[in-house]
Amino acid sequence: MTNEDIYKRISDHFSSYIIASDETFGILNIEINPNKNTEILQWLKEDSILQFSFLTNIAGIHYPDSTEREIAVVYQLHSWRNNSRLRLKAYLSIDNPTIDSIVHLYNGANWMERETFDFFGVNFKNHPDLRRILNEDSMDYFPMRKEHPLEDATREDKDDRFFGRF
Amino acid sequence: MGKIEDLVTINGEGYQLTTLDKAIGLARANSVWPLPFATSCCGIEFMATMGSMYDMSRFGMERMSFTPRQADLLIVAGTISKKLGPVLKQVYEQMAEPKWVLSVGACASSGGIFDTYSVLQGIDRIIPVDVYVPGCPPRPEQIIDGVMNIHKLVKKESLRRRYSEEYKHLLKEYKIEVTNENND
Repeated sequence: MTNEDIYKRISDHFSSYIIASDETFGILNIEINPNKNTEILQWLKEDSILQFSFLTNIAGIHYPDSTEREIAVVYQLHSWRNNSRLRLKAYLSIDNPTIDSIVHLYNGANWMERETFDFFGVNFKNHPDLRRILNEDSMDYFPMRKEHPLEDATREDKDDRFFGRF
Repeated sequence: MGKIEDLVTINGEGYQLTTLDKAIGLARANSVWPLPFATSCCGIEFMATMGSMYDMSRFGMERMSFTPRQADLLIVAGTISKKLGPVLKQVYEQMAEPKWVLSVGACASSGGIFDTYSVLQGIDRIIPVDVYVPGCPPRPEQIIDGVMNIHKLVKKESLRRRYSEEYKHLLKEYKIEVTNENND
């Protein structure tokens, strides 16, 4: 099953929800309407031809320069039946990065969504247990967002001269 | 008896005098029970230090104490993330007095190369440290050097130090409960 076939099958059903699409490194990317993610993913999982039954990963991306589309949530799906892969992207505003949880479709999404919340601050609506997973609970920012400095700003014991920085 | 280093004694016919501090310090220094808190590559170097090539048992330290309750020396070897910080602090608090801390390697001492949101920038932000060993990672010789510096501290420590106001103030700065009430 080629990417063209997958795209045709999806666009036949959800043409109004698809915002853009392209292909990188042999994988089809589809940008979807962020309000329709559960509907699309449920159909992709249950469709008798596509059968995207495996959720490989959920990730977040921060694009600080694209207004109103700063936070991207990326779903990577795998169809064992067709041995084909698919990447779905949903863009959210950084002011209210909220998207529906897909834990009821894929149990594996539970920790992936917690991680995306932990690092990018994406709120997954209806997630059963949305709290930080890797960082300490007392952390009050989302460290993978690009607005935060890489280095610990509270650092005072390291002299830049000893690290080759002037 | 063999030669006793750093122990000032008054010797006479049939007797030998010293102070209780020094005799107890000598006994403590030659049987320090370490608790290895090894999290990364410095821990591997520490394992080499324990092996037959470098052999820490030469210093009376072959008995690793994998419970903090019986340990005298906390050896922190490796990167401590901020999330692990409270665990390390709890381990330190569970150790009985007198206790010493050896910080092995750049990460434990200062956060090392990890100037980042998830790594504690030196364990001395949460527990008091007696000796720092530099290196990334330090060689076993350096770790042994750090341990021998600990031995020097242990030998010279006054029996009253842990009851002193300075020590209580130090623990208070780290928000560690003082369990050692003065019973002079």
